[in-house]
Amino acid sequence: MGRGREGSLAIGPLLRDQRVRSVLVQIIFCLLAAAAIAFLVHEASINLARRHLATGFGFWNVTAGFDISQTLIDYSSSTSTYGRAFWVGLLNTLLVAAIGIVLTTLLGFTIGIARLSSNWLVARLANGYVQLIRNIPLLLQLLFWYNAVLKALPDFRDSLRLPGGGFLNNRGLFLPAPQLGGSGHLVFLALLAGVAGAAGLAALARRGRLSGGAAAGLGLALVLGLPATVYLASGASVTLVYPEMSRFNLRGGIEILPEFVALVLGLVIYTAAFIAEVVRAGISSVPRGQTEAALALGLSRAATLRLVIVPQAMRVIIPPLTNQYLNLTKNSSLAVAIGYPDLVQIFTGTVLNQTSQPVEIVAITMAVYLTISLVTSFLMNQYNARMALVER
Amino acid sequence: MTAQAAVHRTGSAAFVRTAPAPALAPPALSVGWLGWLRANLFSTPFNAVLTVLTVLLLAWTVPPAVRFLLIDAVWSGADREACLVSAQHPHVGACWAFVRDRLAYFTYGSYPISGRWRVDVFFVMMGFGTAWLLWLDAPRRDLGAFYFFVVLPVTSFFLLYGLPPLGLPTVDTSRWGGILVTVVVASVGIVVSLPLGILLALGRRSRMPAVKFLSVGFIEIVRGVPLITVLFMASVMLPLFVPPAWSPDNLIRALVGVALFSSAYMAEVVRAGLQAIPKGQWEASAALGLGYWQTLRFVVLPQALRVTIPNILNSYVALFKDTTLVFFVGIFDFLKTIEVARADPKWATPVTSATGYAFAALVYFACCYSMSRYADGVERRLAVADRR
Repeated sequence: MGRGREGSLAIGPLLRDQRVRSVLVQIIFCLLAAAAIAFLVHEASINLARRHLATGFGFWNVTAGFDISQTLIDYSSSTSTYGRAFWVGLLNTLLVAAIGIVLTTLLGFTIGIARLSSNWLVARLANGYVQLIRNIPLLLQLLFWYNAVLKALPDFRDSLRLPGGGFLNNRGLFLPAPQLGGSGHLVFLALLAGVAGAAGLAALARRGRLSGGAAAGLGLALVLGLPATVYLASGASVTLVYPEMSRFNLRGGIEILPEFVALVLGLVIYTAAFIAEVVRAGISSVPRGQTEAALALGLSRAATLRLVIVPQAMRVIIPPLTNQYLNLTKNSSLAVAIGYPDLVQIFTGTVLNQTSQPVEIVAITMAVYLTISLVTSFLMNQYNARMALVER
Repeated sequence: MTAQAAVHRTGSAAFVRTAPAPALAPPALSVGWLGWLRANLFSTPFNAVLTVLTVLLLAWTVPPAVRFLLIDAVWSGADREACLVSAQHPHVGACWAFVRDRLAYFTYGSYPISGRWRVDVFFVMMGFGTAWLLWLDAPRRDLGAFYFFVVLPVTSFFLLYGLPPLGLPTVDTSRWGGILVTVVVASVGIVVSLPLGILLALGRRSRMPAVKFLSVGFIEIVRGVPLITVLFMASVMLPLFVPPAWSPDNLIRALVGVALFSSAYMAEVVRAGLQAIPKGQWEASAALGLGYWQTLRFVVLPQALRVTIPNILNSYVALFKDTTLVFFVGIFDFLKTIEVARADPKWATPVTSATGYAFAALVYFACCYSMSRYADGVERRLAVADRR
């Protein structure tokens, strides 16, 4: 009896101690998590054994045996492996993301600025666009663009002719292709050199060795001028190859799959509505007094915008803008609905069906997207640290 | 004064005004509709050009859309013949007859016809609960929350799935479809993601490293991958990780995927609300002798959730749009029924796809837009309350 009370006297205060309780709770928490994981792994091993499913990553080097409609790197169904198919899919995903991000930024900034226009009609129209597009699921929009617009286009005999020698029909978009002849690769090298030079100038400007305006002007001259000079000096060696109508198809030029067109169109239009909101919020976040003060100091309207409003607005805009870029990249996985061969369609679709190794394949796919997200947010944090307001 | 008196006395023609002259009418170009046009549409040459371009854009897009959706539309008919181009109909617009014919399928999927009253009752109960919660001045909203988060899920399950002892035959979830499934997926996501999201957000802000690590890991992993991979995981991996006897059916797997995904996003929304609560609130309630859970229940959560209600509602809008992705794991949600119906040879015409998508867009837009307007309204109301 007495011993029991002594015991509770010792344990009672111990249990009321915050630190002890915290450690106890964490131990219980970890044990529960470990038990859950052990249970899942145990069940998985039983289930896998019963279903005679293979495990491990041996499938990576097995011949894939299926065709892919768009490949940026060499791929053939008879000799390439599942690993090769993975890289094809990943590159296709990155291609859609890169092109989509560029286009959606242009459209999104235009609409975001239009929402703040003093022109009543323009502001209303931009607002209507944002409300309409934001409130309709992306998947529905993609299906609409693919099935109701692109697949409903005339066939190649009645192709729509685009200005500049392109064609649009239900087999896709056909554009003139630049062809590098003779010393064409020199032009390309000159472009690379120009970009490198411009980057160097930007670095100088950041260290205050060069004024920003001069760096921008010189850099632009380098990027545009160097290739142009080489192009002229080496004798026009870059030609455009126009697609031509043949009996059964269009030949020559670049052929862009309708799935790709629909996916980019849908992603760009959808994401632009969100970017427009980000841009509008960013610009509205700069107090009116900043504009008034800049004008009072005698800065012109353009200089006010460039030196006062945009730098402050960008600080607010960039983090959510990056989020939208990530969303676009993740949303490109909806490609599977319209059959564009992206990572999810190839890997989580076809490869998973053929190999029946869901655990490995879903894990790899998730790891890819996770890596993209984590790398982007790491870069974002670096940028934020540099841009953050330095207070006293 | 004296000068004025002098003028009067002498009776000269000189005149001094004793009252202000009436104001002249403002210039015609700065008032009325002309003034409005000038101020809002033609204030600068650039604006004038923009206005003209915008009008041209509208003239190019709006009339064809109206003609397709309303003027040339076919409103009634028994099959595809009604929506084909013929001598009587040289121009055929939207085939609304198709939507009318398949409306029951879009609403209930393949739910047995004799049991559809159960779905109707579910819709009514759902509407009642939603109205109770959304109408801010409704009586006993605490009771409403209990009804919505506890009573409704339990009764709906038995109502829709079946309870043989009460004479409700079991209806397998593979027969559920259309708007019914969309509402079920969205409401399960809503009901589960809020409490789970609150727990995750608290875990993320916890001072215990183990709890914090697991919460952060879960939130960041789920937010870093597309919903479609989470759904694939739930659909193909879940059956591998549990004993075959518990193997959940297709709909439940998708529900698990959607609920986990939306709770990770909800956690970040709630965290933003928690961060808005000053540290002094925690300290003050600790000084009053309240424990952790008491502080949460009486001090922190009421304030944190209140400031973040608009964001919670907006993430519900996102969730509602995301329900369309269950499409990929073989669930017949509203969008999937549209996809199936538009490929049906009975109604296959050149305009069927566009009509189906227009109808789906209309339904989704109506739901999402009203939700986001409501969120805006709540935000304005909260702003007024804060101004005092």
